[in-house]
Amino acid sequence: MADIKLMKGNEAFAEAAIRAGCDAYFGYPITPQSEVLEYLTAQEPHKRTGMVVLQAESELAAINMVYGAAGTGKRVMTSSSGPGISLKQEGISYMAGSELPCLILNVMRGGPGLGTIQPSQSDYFQATRGGGHGDYYTPVLAPASVQEMSDFVKLGFELAFRYRNPVVILSDGIIGQMMEKVELFPQQPRLAEFDQSWVTTGKTPDRKRNIITSVDLDSARQEKHNQDLQKKYQRMRENEVRFESTNCDDADYILVAFGSASRICQKTVKIAREKGIKLGLLRPVTLFPFPAEEIKRLGRQVKGMLCVELNAGQMIEDVRLAVENNTVVALHNRMGGMVPTPEEVYHAILQKFSIE
Amino acid sequence: MEKENLRLDEIIREENIVFKKTPLLTDKVFSYCPGCGHGVVHRVIMEVIDELGIQSETIGISPVGCSVFAYDFMNIDMQQAAHGRAPAVATGIKRCWPDKYVFTYQGDGDLAAIGTSETIHACNRGEHIAIFFINNGIYGMTGGQMAPTTLPGMKSSTTPYGRDTRLMGNPIKITELVATLPGTYFVTRQSVHTAVNVRKLKKAAKMAFENQKLKKGLSFIEVVSNCNSGWKMSPIQANRWMEENMLPFYPIGDIKINGNFVKRN
Amino acid sequence: MNEEIIIAGFGGQGVLLMGKIMAYAAMMQNLEVSWMPSYGPEMRGGTANVTVVISTERISSPIVNSYDTAILLNQQSLDKFENSVKPGGMILYDPNGISRHPERKDIKIFQVSAASEAAKMLTTKTFNMIVLGAYLKTGSPIRLEDVIKAISDSLPERHHHLIPANVEAVKKGMEIVQEINS
Ligand SMILES: Cc1ncc(C[n+]2csc(CCOP(=O)(O)OP(=O)(O)O)c2C)c(N)n1
Ligand code: SF4
Repeated sequence: MADIKLMKGNEAFAEAAIRAGCDAYFGYPITPQSEVLEYLTAQEPHKRTGMVVLQAESELAAINMVYGAAGTGKRVMTSSSGPGISLKQEGISYMAGSELPCLILNVMRGGPGLGTIQPSQSDYFQATRGGGHGDYYTPVLAPASVQEMSDFVKLGFELAFRYRNPVVILSDGIIGQMMEKVELFPQQPRLAEFDQSWVTTGKTPDRKRNIITSVDLDSARQEKHNQDLQKKYQRMRENEVRFESTNCDDADYILVAFGSASRICQKTVKIAREKGIKLGLLRPVTLFPFPAEEIKRLGRQVKGMLCVELNAGQMIEDVRLAVENNTVVALHNRMGGMVPTPEEVYHAILQKFSIE
Repeated sequence: MEKENLRLDEIIREENIVFKKTPLLTDKVFSYCPGCGHGVVHRVIMEVIDELGIQSETIGISPVGCSVFAYDFMNIDMQQAAHGRAPAVATGIKRCWPDKYVFTYQGDGDLAAIGTSETIHACNRGEHIAIFFINNGIYGMTGGQMAPTTLPGMKSSTTPYGRDTRLMGNPIKITELVATLPGTYFVTRQSVHTAVNVRKLKKAAKMAFENQKLKKGLSFIEVVSNCNSGWKMSPIQANRWMEENMLPFYPIGDIKINGNFVKRN
Repeated sequence: MNEEIIIAGFGGQGVLLMGKIMAYAAMMQNLEVSWMPSYGPEMRGGTANVTVVISTERISSPIVNSYDTAILLNQQSLDKFENSVKPGGMILYDPNGISRHPERKDIKIFQVSAASEAAKMLTTKTFNMIVLGAYLKTGSPIRLEDVIKAISDSLPERHHHLIPANVEAVKKGMEIVQEINS
């Protein structure tokens, strides 16, 4: 029988972590994601699956614990929000450089600085451009429901290990805090046997030392390493683009929105269709790699696109690059924890595209 | 002199060898300055791992500092940590491999400045790891700037007139500090400037690894060392200066053994 | 069916839990649900609200700005949300402590004296359950048996001795609710 529960997004994420056979979680409290650590400590996963859960003394410590644990080849993760994610960029960059798999959840809140604890999507640039120092990318998954907060844990680990790369789940206060029905996947075992060819286990006589590092002062080798990384990111672009389209086939206008903003836009589509306006919605599920091809294709078909974002207009840059001037791209945005209503977005459509 | 006429291959003969490189050091030539303590401490740690027969169960963490490339020299599995974060990295590894041996190797800037928080908290949680802390009173790698351990009045590239404690505070005795935490099981301060001291360090290092089997807490070993390049001295001068200035402030000896403070007179 | 509900009142009144039990009970009937709280450092005396959407279809936006039902439990909430109720919708409120009552003529208005009833039952903790009971009588899609199941499923084992008192409170609410503008 399906295992259906009513849960907050943050709780579903934490439960899914245990069920996905995650080996270790290291975190530090910050609103609006503290339920992840709270749920995990309440569940005592060391009893359920043997999973390690540790409250670190800071986000810096947490991400570096993840870095160490990821070097053992196990499934490890952390979660935070804006200010903590900024601190974690150091470790994320190290993991990208030393090619370690791990899962990082960012439940976005408004910034800059301490900002607000209310929902926002203002870390889009940070997440999709790597975030830390150096030339790197991480796959970015943007859940739009509590269900996806659970499902993306599994997908996230798959991608992390397929590419030996950190994977970011870019959620926000709405998705993290709201409760919805979620169908939980069955408990998977923690990996007993896994590829240990590259991990730190202790050197045995039959193999060379395994070294986990991102430093190489030889420029030629460092360039080669960077080229290899770029090839890996290119493979992600070719194979991992995910998006969801609603009513796009016959659309005259398209909304482009991810995560919580896309939920609001779904309702706007309904409102517009009832009024006879052919509106569709394209929701990027992966923000890196970005569904540029699909957006380019739609750009040739429609009269205009409206990006709806809870930030100053960040994803719109990727949309504009994708459409290559084939259509008008406008923005409707809110910031600082304010959230547009479906009606508000509907009126923005009428106004931006001068629809009578 | 007659001796000078001896050819090298006549000297290097089995019966003449009194010193052998430990098999757990790689063939890579040390990148440390001649006379620097880092190389000696590397050798001691590798000898201990070799003698305990735990190479296949040991993971080391190199810091940011002159010893960033410790993994080039130590023939064991290693991970390189961001500046100051080695104790957090070690925590992550140890929690995933609770039965393996895990140690960090850190300088004073790494451990007692940017990584103070990670150090204190790993000690406080009583992680069952060993921390080797090389205190040379200065930032070696970046060119001899002041470290948290720089002595009052001591010159560095960022305290060119000597450390003014009114401006820069006093040096931190982080080893005494972590000893106050119940999570530390073994806390000691050693040095490597004489053969006797090297032997003592080796004993302590052995204890630090053996303690990990007991799972009773963290072993913390400070090694007072020199940075002759940073101090702008010859190796011999540097060791003398260290004895005369560093050791009175950072006295050698055990501070805590088996979780109990050692009485000192 | 698509029912958009706001529940608003003081922190500590059990607004969030009431919404959770409603959502849970609706889920028992295989309906789609979402529960979106105003979150943050909620304190006793501060305001708290939660939006619950119950639907036969996949729910689009968990955030809405007009509601079919508004359950408003203090003056501030009444002032703030009265005009967000859709024409033909309804307000359920507790007259206790209210000086300006709802004035809309195009919606149904229900009253439940939950605070004074809870005081009679000697535990203010049942306040939210009385309100919930009242809601069940206003044409809600939720069934009593599912609410009872929801209460026992959401209370931790160690609080299970409180189930009968809570169920009684729900039934009380069903009994004392009044439609006042019919
Ligand atoms: C975040 C960060 N800040 C600064 C540096 C530059 N840095 C590299 S090594 C070092 C000092 C190391 O000194 P210490 O830990 O005493 O080790 P030593 O070189 O003396 O062995 C600094 C400041 C860095 N790599 N990362
Ligand atoms: S700079 Fe100092 S610490 Fe670094 S290798 Fe040279 S002597 Fe040693």
